[in-house]
Amino acid sequence: MMNYTGNPPSRPPEEQTGTPAVPAVRAEALTVVRGPRAVLHELAFTVPRGRITGLLGPSGCGKSTLMRAIAGTQARITGTLDVLGRPAGHPALRTRIGYVTQAPSVFDDLTVRQNLEYFAAILAPGRGAADRRREDVTRAVTDVDLTTHADALAGNLSGGQRSRVSLAVALLGAPDLLVLDEPTVGLDPVLRRDLWALFHSLAADRGATLLVSSHVMDEAERCHRLLLMREGRILADGTPDALRARTGSETVEEAFLHLVDEATTAARAKETTR
Amino acid sequence: MSTRGTPGIPGTPGTPAPHPAAPTLTPSPTRTLSLTRTTATAARVLRQLGHDPRTIALLLLIPCVMLFLLRYVFDGSPRTFDNIGASLLGIFPLITMFLVTSIATLRERTSGTLERLLAMPLAKGDLIAGYALAFGALAIVQSALATGLAVWFLGLDVTGSPWLLLLVALLDALLGTALGLFVSAFAASEFQAVQFMPAVIFPQLLLCGLFTPRDTMHPALEAVSDVLPMSYAVDGMNEVLRHTDMTTAFVRDALIVAGCALLVLVLGAATLKRRTA
Repeated sequence: MMNYTGNPPSRPPEEQTGTPAVPAVRAEALTVVRGPRAVLHELAFTVPRGRITGLLGPSGCGKSTLMRAIAGTQARITGTLDVLGRPAGHPALRTRIGYVTQAPSVFDDLTVRQNLEYFAAILAPGRGAADRRREDVTRAVTDVDLTTHADALAGNLSGGQRSRVSLAVALLGAPDLLVLDEPTVGLDPVLRRDLWALFHSLAADRGATLLVSSHVMDEAERCHRLLLMREGRILADGTPDALRARTGSETVEEAFLHLVDEATTAARAKETTR
Repeated sequence: MSTRGTPGIPGTPGTPAPHPAAPTLTPSPTRTLSLTRTTATAARVLRQLGHDPRTIALLLLIPCVMLFLLRYVFDGSPRTFDNIGASLLGIFPLITMFLVTSIATLRERTSGTLERLLAMPLAKGDLIAGYALAFGALAIVQSALATGLAVWFLGLDVTGSPWLLLLVALLDALLGTALGLFVSAFAASEFQAVQFMPAVIFPQLLLCGLFTPRDTMHPALEAVSDVLPMSYAVDGMNEVLRHTDMTTAFVRDALIVAGCALLVLVLGAATLKRRTA
């Protein structure tokens, strides 16, 4: 795939290689309809490569739908959605995206290692890849700190441990883009810190792009860039610092509330002038 | 996580510890059917069952217990036991594999693992062939036990080769797997999935010639039974029961059952969607 060793950390790879920066995700007029109504309305945004982009917004604002669209599992999409330079859902993307759903999707009646071995065999089948698969599985188990539970049945693990198994599956095959839907929900502060350290190391050392959703605003401070969402629309897009500066707020949470109020006032003003 | 040294101030960009270069797996393209992915899936399904020994025990023992029961229910009329026993050897694998597959695939759908697998380079055919392979293997063991018990210990009088009985049983198991896979797409819960058993299996059971020869039924029902696959499973078993050689009727019956299984498997594949609403 790509070799990132030796690169100075925390800078997106395109800055060093000089290749034109194709964003990891590029959306234009992206609309998704679920049932009778539109869940995402005409979204336009980009996700830069090699960085952690936080997707923040209240529950039900369309974060998961957007992530499913990027992972290629969402039906009824209109508009443009390019992922790693190809239309979302392209077969060539299936090995390059690691996608973690909100509810852990692992086999409860297999051990942690058996789960990973199976998914690794789907990503890189054949006897020739057996050694690399074994390395990859060991690395993924270590990454999510489940080495001591590798031979436990996934169904017997705690909720937080199961979601880490699900995350480990997404790390297999060193994907270029990780789409993580609320990966830190229900985890204790220590684990949450460790996972964020892992995310930063994935971006800096392995050059991976991460799109991480959360409805907890304090996680926003840990991202390089933010997409703030509300009611199926992008409210703001920028670095945490820029968002705070623009709204004159102390925290991202305040900035978000400020932007929501602004949007509501604007909407009301529009209605009254009509 | 723990092995990566001190990651600096948590969450601060740009303070990672050195990390070994990731071993990269060369991605393989998605084909309509890949032998290695199919066998990996079959091995996974069997491993899942391996963690559930009670289900395996029930799957293997119940047909034997039923045959044993049947033998002594018809203690006075061994001829009836021959007829019903041979038919049941074909029906058991169909019913059990139908149930096991419909629940297993429903769980795969509801747990999100199906969505995850279809977002990976797994072809739908791999998944379906993997299930068919795993449950087919289980069906062979189940049928071998039941046929062995019936023929050697319970005195089931078979004119033809017991191997042919086993062949029909295997085809029936595949048909059951195919039907289970197909109907699980229409079940939103385990409750519904179990209800498909009486809906799909019972009419076939009544019309397959187990209770009364098919040509003595009302002509309308006979016509219906002519298009139901289980009828041919039972006909095939009865051919083996009565003839020493492989008859053309047997070959026809076996081909019809195999063809139906294949057709329903393809229909089942069509119910798997990479993109869902």
